[in-house]
Amino acid sequence: MAIIERPSTTQEVVAPATPSSSLGALKRPVATTGWKSWLFTVDHKKLGIMYSAAALFFFIVGGLEAVLIRLQLAAPNGKVLNADLYNQMFTMHATTMVFLFVMPMAAGLANYFIPLQIGARDVAFPRINAFSFWAFLFGGLFLNMSWFLGGAADGGWFMYAPNSGPIYSPSHGIDFWILGLQITGIASLAGAVNLITTVLNMRAPGMKLMRMPIFTWMQLVVQFLLLFAVPVITVALFLLSFQRNFDATFFDVAAGADPLLWQHLFWIFGHPEVYILILPSFGVISEVIPVFSRKPLFGYPFVVFSGAAIGFVGWGVWAHHMFASGLGPVSVAVFSIATMAIAVPTGVKVVNWTMTLWGGKLEFTAAMKFAVGLIVLFTIGGLSGVTHSVAPSDTQQTDTYYIVAHFHYVLFGGAIFGLFSGFYYWWPKVFGKMLNEKLGSWNFWMMVIGMNMTFGPMHILGLQGQPRRMYQWTEARAGEGFFNLGFWNAFASVGSLVLTTGVLLFLINIVITARNGKVAPLDPWNARSLEWMTTNPPKEHNFDSIPTVSHLDEFFHRKYQEDANGQMVQVKTAEQVMKELEDNADAHIHMPSPSYWPIVLAAGLPVITFGLIYSIPIGIVGGIIVLFGAYGWSIEPGTAPDDDFDPPTTTKDVVHVG
Amino acid sequence: MTANTHADEHGALHTSTGLSNNKLGMWLFLGSECLLFGGLISTYMLYRGRVGAGPRPSQVFDIPFTSVSSFVLLMSSLTMVLAVSAAHKGDDRNTYLWITVTALLGATFVGGQVYEFTAFYNEGMGFTTSLFSSSFYVLTGFHGVHVTVGIIMLMSIVGIMKRSKVPGSKAETVEMIGLYWHFVDIVWIIIFTLIYLIPA
Repeated sequence: MAIIERPSTTQEVVAPATPSSSLGALKRPVATTGWKSWLFTVDHKKLGIMYSAAALFFFIVGGLEAVLIRLQLAAPNGKVLNADLYNQMFTMHATTMVFLFVMPMAAGLANYFIPLQIGARDVAFPRINAFSFWAFLFGGLFLNMSWFLGGAADGGWFMYAPNSGPIYSPSHGIDFWILGLQITGIASLAGAVNLITTVLNMRAPGMKLMRMPIFTWMQLVVQFLLLFAVPVITVALFLLSFQRNFDATFFDVAAGADPLLWQHLFWIFGHPEVYILILPSFGVISEVIPVFSRKPLFGYPFVVFSGAAIGFVGWGVWAHHMFASGLGPVSVAVFSIATMAIAVPTGVKVVNWTMTLWGGKLEFTAAMKFAVGLIVLFTIGGLSGVTHSVAPSDTQQTDTYYIVAHFHYVLFGGAIFGLFSGFYYWWPKVFGKMLNEKLGSWNFWMMVIGMNMTFGPMHILGLQGQPRRMYQWTEARAGEGFFNLGFWNAFASVGSLVLTTGVLLFLINIVITARNGKVAPLDPWNARSLEWMTTNPPKEHNFDSIPTVSHLDEFFHRKYQEDANGQMVQVKTAEQVMKELEDNADAHIHMPSPSYWPIVLAAGLPVITFGLIYSIPIGIVGGIIVLFGAYGWSIEPGTAPDDDFDPPTTTKDVVHVG
Repeated sequence: MTANTHADEHGALHTSTGLSNNKLGMWLFLGSECLLFGGLISTYMLYRGRVGAGPRPSQVFDIPFTSVSSFVLLMSSLTMVLAVSAAHKGDDRNTYLWITVTALLGATFVGGQVYEFTAFYNEGMGFTTSLFSSSFYVLTGFHGVHVTVGIIMLMSIVGIMKRSKVPGSKAETVEMIGLYWHFVDIVWIIIFTLIYLIPA
């Protein structure tokens, strides 16, 4: 069997045909190279790459949708899209960016870096990890299938009643949307259980919670938010499903129902969701800024606890999305105050990052530029967010472009800039090559300029009363002078093209780097945390021996120590630190074995949902696939028996992973 | 079963928290389930008075009947405990016995629910009759599906154990299903109280 022990004595991983025990209905997959090694992998690093690659694909899809929206609005009486297609376009743009880009991209980074940052060799449940990825991918593809099967969802990403009902949206678009989100919801939930267990249970000796890197901390908060937020939208989606398909009337005013029920359920999920989107990026830049300031993060515990505070208070602010719905003065006052309060921990973080920069030896690499970009742009978006907490003013702004401006500053300027910072920072770790810094700089500046050109004028448009989601504007009502809506709409549309060019430069950078990028040195950034204490890219088993952690920023403290004058001086190079780990390498490491079952199980889900829409027998076939996958899964051990390994090892010093 | 752990002489595994990955994962999942039922229960509480032209709760509910089936479900928690206890002692025979009894009690409860739904339907309370009926069927239906999934897991684990193919610790696997089973029972106590015992 080709399940090779790590570390392997030979560099060349050739698979000798030792017989594999047949477990379940199929023999274990054994490929270590080629597409099969990706399809059936349970390795958190491969899954992290696949998550990110798939998310990047959806980013391009969602980006093209955005460009179409801006082209439609560039001039009066836009003709690029008709009203129906326009509705589908903005609905799917938001859905794609939120559920199929930012969330899975953050999940990809979490998958890849959490085990490395806490000194583990894999996640707690490697097969569930693989299942999560495939469920997300199949769910995302299923969602987008609706484009080719009668039109996509068209009710806006928060799908308010009555637009979500069969009368106003008779196509199957919303059904695809509901069921696609149910599948990606299963993926998120499984991922949350997996990653929380990993962080709590799999830490290296000495890796106390308050020694964990901030990225891991923020991801831990995010996974808790997912764990509790996803089931709420699951309920909402089920109710909507039953309304659309089985004639229930949960959100139908005519039948005496309360359409606000949907809004409450959606936003009880939806507000934690915005922190699910932003906290991973906060985590990324909390890694990047100290490294490129050559200083430890200012006030580590404050950053940790303000992240956790955001996680808690994030549950008490959902109704600020509903100020215009007539909640009553008490509710409005409570949610106003809570919304003002949640700005505090966020402000704490901004202060901490700024203080980390203060007096540091700043090095403006592309990663650092994006990180500083996040601080500035997110702060602008955060401030316009605070204006929403003032309910009377929010009532005026609701459903205008002012809101669109706000959330693009926090999500594009915040979440996406953070992710890009992570791309540049971790690319050498993942692929062993440095992304081109010069192109990276162009990429950054084009994106900053493009993003401000696109979303900055939307503040003006919104305050002037341009409603969001309107598919055309007319010259007659555009106004005059500085506040001419026509000028700013055209300006924003040009900005979106600049922004697109910026993103395109990133894609070009990937290609150039893959072809002839500079090979990354072992420790290219003089970094601080454990993920850099291994090769680039990391070995399959991550660490030859599990490090014992005695400091926050363990890797830095192994390289640098205080001299007699209290100055930090370098005592070891990264190579020497690596050598120490290699010298104590574990002899027999049995990694979790590849498995067919995660992808089989996940593949059954879209078959079921397809069947629910079109024909029950197809759904039953999907159910059978899921059951088959579940049974195969439950009787197959996560790691193959010791004598399946090559060489067969049953000695006591075998280290089992997963 | 973890990166930085090894089994001690009892086969137990060391993790950072001391709790096994499987158990911690199950607790997290159940935490998430609380919010699922929380959403469904909120929906029911909002709509329970909105009967429209359909029957009111007091007109259809047969409280003695549902009390008996609830009692059966609660007793299944006791037999589940006995199964877990037998599994920890390595007593396979009694493990199978009590798991099977648990599954049968669960099936009795689900059977009772099917009977109840049929009776309600015949009395003119269909799924779409009123907001009350829709939210009632969704809430109790979701609970019924959870019990059914539990029964499938119980029967599967007996089948798999008899072929002695359980990866990892048998006792822990039984215990994990037990955690799920008790959770589903506890949720029923809440649902039963809110739907049947507290008048709308």
